[in-house]
Amino acid sequence: MKYSSQMVAKPYFIFALILLAGEILFGLLMAIQYLYGDFLFPLIPFNVLRMVHTNLLIVLLLFGFMGATYYLIPEETETELWSPKLAIITFWVFAAAGVATILGYLFVPYAQLTELTFNNLLPTMGREFLEQPLPTKLGIVLVVVSYILNVIMTVIKGRKTVITTVLITGLVGLAVFFLFAFYVPHNLIMDKFFWWFTVHLWVEATWELILGAILAFVLIKVTGVDREHIDKWLYLIIAMTMLSGILGTGHHFFYMGAPEYWLWIGSIASAVEPLPFFLMILFAYTMTRERKIQHGNKIALTWAKGTAVMAFLGAGVWGFIHTLAPVNMFTHGTQLTAAHGHLSFFGAYVMIIFTMVSYAMPILRGRPQGNSQKAQNLELASFWMMNIGMMGLTLALSAAGIVQILDQRVGTELIGFMESQESIAGIYMIRAGFGLLVFAGLFTYFASFFVKEEAGQTAGYNA
Amino acid sequence: MTERITKSMAKNIYYGGGTFALLIFLALTFDTVKQIPHRSNEVNMTASVVAGKKLWEDNNCVGCHTIVGEGAYYAPELMNVFQRRGASDEGAFKSYMQGWMAAQPLDTPNRRKMPQFNLSKEEVDNLSDFLIWTSKVNANDWPPTIEG
Repeated sequence: MKYSSQMVAKPYFIFALILLAGEILFGLLMAIQYLYGDFLFPLIPFNVLRMVHTNLLIVLLLFGFMGATYYLIPEETETELWSPKLAIITFWVFAAAGVATILGYLFVPYAQLTELTFNNLLPTMGREFLEQPLPTKLGIVLVVVSYILNVIMTVIKGRKTVITTVLITGLVGLAVFFLFAFYVPHNLIMDKFFWWFTVHLWVEATWELILGAILAFVLIKVTGVDREHIDKWLYLIIAMTMLSGILGTGHHFFYMGAPEYWLWIGSIASAVEPLPFFLMILFAYTMTRERKIQHGNKIALTWAKGTAVMAFLGAGVWGFIHTLAPVNMFTHGTQLTAAHGHLSFFGAYVMIIFTMVSYAMPILRGRPQGNSQKAQNLELASFWMMNIGMMGLTLALSAAGIVQILDQRVGTELIGFMESQESIAGIYMIRAGFGLLVFAGLFTYFASFFVKEEAGQTAGYNA
Repeated sequence: MTERITKSMAKNIYYGGGTFALLIFLALTFDTVKQIPHRSNEVNMTASVVAGKKLWEDNNCVGCHTIVGEGAYYAPELMNVFQRRGASDEGAFKSYMQGWMAAQPLDTPNRRKMPQFNLSKEEVDNLSDFLIWTSKVNANDWPPTIEG
């Protein structure tokens, strides 16, 4: 660790991982309720489980991005963080608000929660992923603004690199597009249209900039490749992201009340959306091939390459599968969307956080060349468990989506939703099994933190 | 292929391409905002429809159902529930909704459960009006079948 203020990243990483465990736990509970409707009912109805599951994901990714930023910004700018104290205060505020919100979901009926949290003053609740009570939403704004302020002030007094510029662009975009969460028109269609400005332009535009910046940083560190070279790749990737991702929002406007031209624009732009992810794979593998150093932390590079591959599969391939308008006519609102959602969030965003944590945590714990061989081996096992688990559950959800389409939407002998769901029960069972594998993988990952360092061995495969 | 591209070229594609995409997106957004009131029959959006939407949100209905294809996949699509359960007859649909909402949760063992929301008769009517209004939105011929 070069700068002592990088240490503020540590609580962010640890809390993000704890939230991830909670997120997967609630995913598993949902998977069970899918099969046995009486499970946990009426104690925790499905909508509450789902809200906890998705909101934990969003919050853990924000914690992960913040941790990653606080770690990399001092090294990139070659100066201490502007205010480590502010970063720590923000951590506790955000953690407390996050926990309070989840407890609110679990212990207060949602309709009552809307009343208790002044939703009637400015109704923003009850929309997918943006279910947070007004005070939480305002809290998020506050936390994000103080975070961006901290980053920008640090960059102003230090070195400016392409990575810091791209990162800041992504963060400012994240903040700006979140503001649409406060705009809830009475017209459902108008409401949905602008809802996507937050949801899509987060995950398929601004967050991709953050992802690209973090990936580029880790690749510089573990491959030692010349920064000029890395910068060119980063620009190329985010150029493709912007060209495809912004107009790619159109793939959400096919069948929700927006005009017909989106059928063309959305299809064409989002057909290009896999490209930046494909470039990411080329980027990671080319940099690995051209590496100038043999870093002891091999597993960090494995995660980096894994991020590129899984992001391409989840966001690129699984996105493309149902993104063309004539196909989307049949897939819209089925489990295929859930399949894509799961693999892309995992592949792109959860994986980049694993990448950063696996690179930075050993350094923050005084092991500059990574954890011991034994710990890295265990981590590699967790890498495969989680990846195979996510791939398996994605395939299961895709199969479920296809059965849904055949049951409800194609041919003349159609059956209803509930009946179709019963015919999919076996597939949902398989999904739950793979979910369990992901959960076991995460605990294996946790276990790798507690492997004792052997005396005399510094670290890494080549140590 | 990337050898022939220099860093400054890549940078220009990023700024130029990004700005270009953003401008087109902005222009189309303006046009869409102009068209949505007509496509969604905003003139028929009565106070009851607006109240129904608020109830839809306050009870987090989208946490289980999809509406116009968006939401959770635990329970049926509701954009065309008016046609499916009410045969496009407002009176029939409203009385169906009163019975259905009152009967929740159904006591079929291990069937997925819908909670009892304890809505008043008027609130259930608001919800019905909201769903009837939604069913008439021009969503480019989606959903493909009545089973949604």
